[in-house]
Amino acid sequence: MTSEFREKLEEALFPPFVALLVALICGDLLIMSYGQSPSSVYRLLIEGTWGNAYGFGQVLYKTTTLAFTGLAVSLGIRAGLFNVGAESQLAAGGFLAALVGLALSPAIPGFVAIPLCMIAAAAGGAVVGAIPGYLRVRFGAHEVIVTIMLNFVVLALLNWFIANHLHVPETLHTPEIRAGVVPRLSQYIPAFHGSAANLTIILALIVAALVWFGLFRTRRGYELRAVGLQPDAAEYGGVNVGGIWFRALTTSGAIAGLGGINYVLGYKHYYEDGFAGGSGFLGIAVALVGRNHPVGVILAALFFATLSQGGLAIHAFVPKQMVEVLQGVVILAVAMSVPEVRQALRLARKPAKA
Amino acid sequence: MTASPQQQTAQPGAIISMQRIDKSFGPVQANRDASLQVMPGEIHALVGENGAGKSTLMRILGGLMKPDGGMVEVNGRDVTGWSTNEAIDAGIGVVHQHFMLVPTLTVAENIVLGHEPLKNGMFDAARAIADVTALSSETGLAVSPARKISELSVGEAQRVEILKTLFRGAKILVLDEPTAVLSPPEVKELWTVLRRLRDAGGTIVLITHRLDEVMDLSDTITVMRAGRTIERLKTSATNPAEIARAMVGRDVALMSREAAAFGEVPAVGADRVYPPNDFSAALEVTDLVVTGARNTRVVDGVTFAIQPGEILGIAGVEGNGQTELIEAIAGLRKSVTGNIRIAGHDITDADVAERREAGLSHIPEDRHRRGLILDYSIADNLLLGLQSEFSRKGVLDADRIADNAQTMIESFDIRPPSPELPARALSGGNQQKVVIAREMGQDFTVLLASQPTRGVDVGAIEFIHDRLRAARAANKAILLVSAELNEVLALADRVAVMYRGRFAVVMPASEATEDVLGEYMIGTRKVSAA
Amino acid sequence: MNPFSFLTQMLRIAVPYLFAAGGGVIAERSGIISLGLEGFMLTGAFTATLGAHYSGSPWIGVLTGILGGLLFGLIHAIATIRYRADQVVVGIALNLLAVGTTRFFLKLAFASSSNSPRINGFAVNSAAYGFDNPLLWMGLLTAPVLAFLLYRTRYGLRVRAVGEHPEAAESVGIKVARVRYVAVALSGILAGLGGVYLALDQHQFTDQMTAGRGFIAVAAVIFGRWDPVRAALACLLFAAAETLQIQLQGNHVVASQFIEMIPYLLTIIALAGVVGRAVPPAALGKMER
Repeated sequence: MTSEFREKLEEALFPPFVALLVALICGDLLIMSYGQSPSSVYRLLIEGTWGNAYGFGQVLYKTTTLAFTGLAVSLGIRAGLFNVGAESQLAAGGFLAALVGLALSPAIPGFVAIPLCMIAAAAGGAVVGAIPGYLRVRFGAHEVIVTIMLNFVVLALLNWFIANHLHVPETLHTPEIRAGVVPRLSQYIPAFHGSAANLTIILALIVAALVWFGLFRTRRGYELRAVGLQPDAAEYGGVNVGGIWFRALTTSGAIAGLGGINYVLGYKHYYEDGFAGGSGFLGIAVALVGRNHPVGVILAALFFATLSQGGLAIHAFVPKQMVEVLQGVVILAVAMSVPEVRQALRLARKPAKA
Repeated sequence: MTASPQQQTAQPGAIISMQRIDKSFGPVQANRDASLQVMPGEIHALVGENGAGKSTLMRILGGLMKPDGGMVEVNGRDVTGWSTNEAIDAGIGVVHQHFMLVPTLTVAENIVLGHEPLKNGMFDAARAIADVTALSSETGLAVSPARKISELSVGEAQRVEILKTLFRGAKILVLDEPTAVLSPPEVKELWTVLRRLRDAGGTIVLITHRLDEVMDLSDTITVMRAGRTIERLKTSATNPAEIARAMVGRDVALMSREAAAFGEVPAVGADRVYPPNDFSAALEVTDLVVTGARNTRVVDGVTFAIQPGEILGIAGVEGNGQTELIEAIAGLRKSVTGNIRIAGHDITDADVAERREAGLSHIPEDRHRRGLILDYSIADNLLLGLQSEFSRKGVLDADRIADNAQTMIESFDIRPPSPELPARALSGGNQQKVVIAREMGQDFTVLLASQPTRGVDVGAIEFIHDRLRAARAANKAILLVSAELNEVLALADRVAVMYRGRFAVVMPASEATEDVLGEYMIGTRKVSAA
Repeated sequence: MNPFSFLTQMLRIAVPYLFAAGGGVIAERSGIISLGLEGFMLTGAFTATLGAHYSGSPWIGVLTGILGGLLFGLIHAIATIRYRADQVVVGIALNLLAVGTTRFFLKLAFASSSNSPRINGFAVNSAAYGFDNPLLWMGLLTAPVLAFLLYRTRYGLRVRAVGEHPEAAESVGIKVARVRYVAVALSGILAGLGGVYLALDQHQFTDQMTAGRGFIAVAAVIFGRWDPVRAALACLLFAAAETLQIQLQGNHVVASQFIEMIPYLLTIIALAGVVGRAVPPAALGKMER
């Protein structure tokens, strides 16, 4: 391992490590306030998630959605942009996938229908991502606020569509989608029987690999990272900074939109209002803890999914809401440690280089 | 004038005495055994080129930073390492080059900020205005207390900055490059103000690199260079040439001897004067106009041509439009009118990438901002601007990138020789070598070299100069901009002096000496541009 | 539709916005991005419920509500000022944390996943149309008080200086960090009061009862160009639209979802500068390294 690689690894791993520590301490306090013993609760959490096939399947299912939103946010951050709109991009993607899925005849084979739905999902997210991209380039409007506001607008719009036009009576979801069904993992690995885990996770891994390749092995990726690190130098290097910003936010939206497939085609086979359930915002946490690197994002997605599923597993002893508290604590702890760690490591390394 | 620094002995009765001051920022030593002795009631000019250490020394005096070593005495009291508040209380007022004024607040609010008058616990705006009005008429510094800073002219804003210090009872005023942003009439006004303040018993330290100001206004001059104090002169007993020589430093004669030692490279002074020839010019700039802040013409109609195998050096004090000229040619700044051609191709409307395609290379003056991405590796930085050429169908060619890095590191002696090292980890000289390797290692017709050896250690400087000469020998055209006059003299075939956005003169290097150029540089001599 | 009843309903809807937007204005004018208003409000609502429940007095509820909002405000301040954590992330994290902690303690204290037991609000005489609720008056007074604070006091002058040009403030001896701590703490208190009003008005705490009001407050701050009175007017505008939608419920003139969108669409338009530019305080979100 070269020393440069090790240094990068150190800077990347310290904050999540610190955060984990803080989360453990916080968890201890909360568990004890409920009169339970932390070690037994933690053991239960592990058993309920990685210790049995159903639990692990659920973890995989939740990881999938978080991987998409995490990748989406991390791509934006690599370009120096903050995409807080993953929630509505995810929902829009799922919605368009459902529309296409409902429009297609069930007779169309899966390997045609599914890719069509995927394209629709990506397109839906991309459109929602393109709006802040355009406003940033053309008007200098800060994408943080635009995406936050747009979240509400898009979700309200989708809600209107469902409530007024597309819903099955007494519910807030569309009719069942027959074409474009993504098979459950339990079809191939019987142990996962009953869990929502489906082949979309393969898609997530493929997208992660593509993001990695795109960022670190292509010219556009080189330019995108340059814009995120030092826009003046990128401009000097002939890069069209505004063009990169627009494409980055649009692609980010597309990736988040693709994540909609997990629920809509892989789990419930319908679009349901509110299915995103905060995964878009958690994607920010995933990107942060994953240090904006595809590998880190997958691992962070696994972590948060484990926490989430673990909450259900320990519900008899401690309210699952404890997990939500821990999520918030972890995000805060990582956010607070990143600048500190960076400064501390820079100071520690100074004498070596002259 | 020798190159060795002189130890400044403490003057008895000095109101400011700074001795043996050391201050470093990481690997950069901004002050090296620097000193300053200011007598009460004088206007004292602190001169030196960019990076000489003047601002750092004044920041230490003003309490904005603490020295690593040395002693500071004010009014006979040891105040080494004090805070800004203590400095303000002791009567030191600093007027910064970049104004410390809040644009959305009014003149009066800015002046009283931090010492706001209160009435019944509320901010007494009327009293603030009254106090400011009184101070303004007392000192003759005309301001409109109720106007917002954003509405003021630069000269007015500067008066507000000065009033701010006087409001806090400043008896010692330090002004950092005060005329950098003023028009000639505003400069005259400032002179009057400063003289009046001196006559009223104040002491003034003026940081500047403009020699005309120094001669007009000051009583005593301290010259700094490369972090050290070189000379302390009585204004009445010296002249601009002597000052310029102290500022500029490294022996010009020494330089050219070293150059000749390289053998094939022609010695300085060889007459290589090429009159502009439309059909063979490598770079042709015609009537270029660039506007800056508040629509001033920072480049005011520049015309020149450079032939292949020629170095045109632009001398001149920084801030006369050189930066904007280079940026406009490079495509990083829009020009208002004018024409730019490379080997006959009109690139006036071309973007940065297209200009590179046309054969333009650019060593930017700020390598940290423009020239390098500090978090990228050496290998990746060697691609900046060339990323399309190192990729096939959008995918980066890892092998060629690695080979390129190897080759560049070897031929430009970049240390440490690890291609994966982030550029941040290199010394300034090696960082600059990366930029130069990239810009000169590719095929180019014209090279823009802006402050190519700034912040670079002596060994690397010679290396870089050698490379520039080699490029010239290979028939490339080079536009060199440097604040180091001797660098221009050592390398250029023709020398232009840029003053207030125009070429004050263009002459063959054989005729160029510091004395002659110096007068064009400070504007006391003018000739219509060649 | 009775104009008087419209007005009174509009004012009651506006109160949480007025409080939270006031908090947002002061924090952002000092240079700290304020996206945690939703979390402050929710926490304030919950702690107010706790206080009112265990003491029986709504005023104790107000006190505990203020403390709850203040606590979260201080966490935000410490994380962003002392630790220089990314201000957007901290805001979002605190929102998530507020949801999680209120749910957790809701379970712990009241053994419920959805709501607390009923609490005493301020005795509301229906003939008074809500004007006998002291919090309503406090909410309406937020904007003028903040305007006074910002434009007439020494502290307000310093806040404005710090939010535009912290180096200039630093150079005259003002402690930038301290000014910001106070501003963010105030934003916690004010947004918390918005939550207090909600809980006492509805006589209970329900899970996620703030329902995005904190973000409408953010929209009001931006749409009001970071001025307390203009932001308050924006709050009233948004509340008016909401009231309109409620009162027109039966008529289906425009679907409720589109009325919901109004504050957010207006903010996007303001940011794009279509109707004059919304320029934030110059130092907003920037931290000196």
